[in-house]
Amino acid sequence: MAEPVLDIRNLSVNYLTPRGTVKALRRINLQVPSAKVVGLVGESGCGKSTLISTVIRLMAENARVAAGEIRFTGKDMQQLSPRDLRAIRGRDMSMVFQDPMTALNPVFTVGRQMADIQYRDAVSRKEKLKRASDMLSLVGIPDAVSRLDNYPHHFSGGMRQRITIAMALLVQPKLLIADEPTTALDATLEVQIIRLLKALQADFQCAILFISHHLNVIAELCDFVGVMYAGELVEKGSVRDIFHRPGHPYTRALLECDPSVIAEPTRFLPTIPGEIPSLIDLPEGCIFHDRCPRAAQVCKKTPPPEVSLAEHHTVACHCLEV
Amino acid sequence: MLFYLLKRVGLAVVIVVVAVVLLYSMIHVVPGDPASVILGPRATPEMKQELHELMGLDRPFVVQVVSFLGKVARGDLGMDFFSQRPVAQIVFKQLDETLVLVLASIGWAMLLGIPLGCYSAVFRNTFSDKLVGFFSIGVIAVPSFVVALYSLLLFAVTLKWLPAIGAGESGQYMDQLRHLILPAFAIGLGWVGYIARLVRASMLEVLNENHIRRARAFGLPEHMIVFQYALKLAILPTITLLGTGIGRLISSAVFAEIVFARPGIGKLIFDSVVSRNYPLVMGAVLVSTVLFVLSTTVSDSVNAMLDPRVRERL
Repeated sequence: MAEPVLDIRNLSVNYLTPRGTVKALRRINLQVPSAKVVGLVGESGCGKSTLISTVIRLMAENARVAAGEIRFTGKDMQQLSPRDLRAIRGRDMSMVFQDPMTALNPVFTVGRQMADIQYRDAVSRKEKLKRASDMLSLVGIPDAVSRLDNYPHHFSGGMRQRITIAMALLVQPKLLIADEPTTALDATLEVQIIRLLKALQADFQCAILFISHHLNVIAELCDFVGVMYAGELVEKGSVRDIFHRPGHPYTRALLECDPSVIAEPTRFLPTIPGEIPSLIDLPEGCIFHDRCPRAAQVCKKTPPPEVSLAEHHTVACHCLEV
Repeated sequence: MLFYLLKRVGLAVVIVVVAVVLLYSMIHVVPGDPASVILGPRATPEMKQELHELMGLDRPFVVQVVSFLGKVARGDLGMDFFSQRPVAQIVFKQLDETLVLVLASIGWAMLLGIPLGCYSAVFRNTFSDKLVGFFSIGVIAVPSFVVALYSLLLFAVTLKWLPAIGAGESGQYMDQLRHLILPAFAIGLGWVGYIARLVRASMLEVLNENHIRRARAFGLPEHMIVFQYALKLAILPTITLLGTGIGRLISSAVFAEIVFARPGIGKLIFDSVVSRNYPLVMGAVLVSTVLFVLSTTVSDSVNAMLDPRVRERL
């Protein structure tokens, strides 16, 4: 495999809070190969959003990178000056946000906002608007030229998410970060947006880091999947590995809880018993041990090693050691 | 936008008419006979009767209101029975001075307050933000007449840089400008604080919004984010405040007007209330009410110009 576009090595991120240091991310290793789609799944609060805001360096004020490094096209993101960072954002790396209703500035026209993100290009405003309307047509907005003069509130939620996707692709990034882009939309729109993203990714050949807690979306769109639990990446592998040969007990539990796999009508949706451990006082040993059906004595004492099950497929679990 | 303006101006006219009716009713519902006040204690009933007829007080109340409205619409605010001059003439003579003073005060307060607020928001929780906060609260807390007195003492009496009283010779713009500086400083100083605090608060709110994060994620330059993307939203509450502020100041710049012995609407209202000069009180209050409505109409229209959601809603 060639050098990955994004290479996250041993990354740990803490939040400094009045109650103590929240160890939100611990020893994350994740690679996004060029022109591939990598999905990240995990329940709310597992650190998915912290991870991507660290990647693009738009972290909360109390967030601190405690260890590790993030290399983007070979550059160490932590070492970059604000100016160099700005040169990367919106050119080599762009982002689609979770909530399309608030992701656009309400008092500027869509055309203006799409022209502004091309501020680096030395072409006429007319040319910028032309590019913008072409991209809007591509993401399926009818009558794109005249809609450039519309304000965001003239568009529906699905349309707005198409616009933000158009903006993110307009700059022809090497890496597109999508932070739950379909969570705020209804199911029909979700399918449309995912198909759109998939088609456009094939055209533009950009890598995508895709965050979701929706397993079907991940399966549909991604080449590789990382499963996060309580700030750790417990398993990663190809879509086929994760969905057909899940190694980590948490991944298995997550797959079993997916409502779409339930065949028989039940009164209760399946859940994983127990709660996420406090990230301030971390338990010793494996982070998942108190919810794990297969937890052994060793799981409570020693952190699990990374076990490689196949090429690209690694699992952090004691129970897989042969 | 044109549609918004038409609706907004229509609304303003309705507000003015209602205000005029209320004002007229209030003056006439309160006990006391204007004719007795004007003519004094030694007036005969015949004299009172004559004046009643002259003022139209013998007609039914509704007729009085309607005829008053009609006169107001034609620019006739009645006669001042003390000086025997038309009220409109007296009021409009003072109006220029007041408008210049109010606009100058708010103008310099805006020019300083808005950048200060932006600066505080961008560098929040730093030493200079706290310094700006301290200064803002300080100048808000000091009453304008205190600022007026001390600035008079310092710049006019001790240093003799600027004239102390009056509004300057009419027609001599430099002289008028020199007379304007101290009163405008006294009135505007508190507003600098208000505006800086308000801009800071709304700027902080806007800077935390999602679309600003998205703008940052696209690497837009910081000055573009702050002064265009954020300020255009953050300025909206301030414009509303300024609309009502300018409107209110037209009748309440009275402290500075008294301290600096400037003619003005505020001083006019004060003097005419003291001398029970009802037609003059009515006229002055009426004009300042109209200006208040005008000023809020303008600020609403500016907001509508900036925010498409506002202009499509009304």
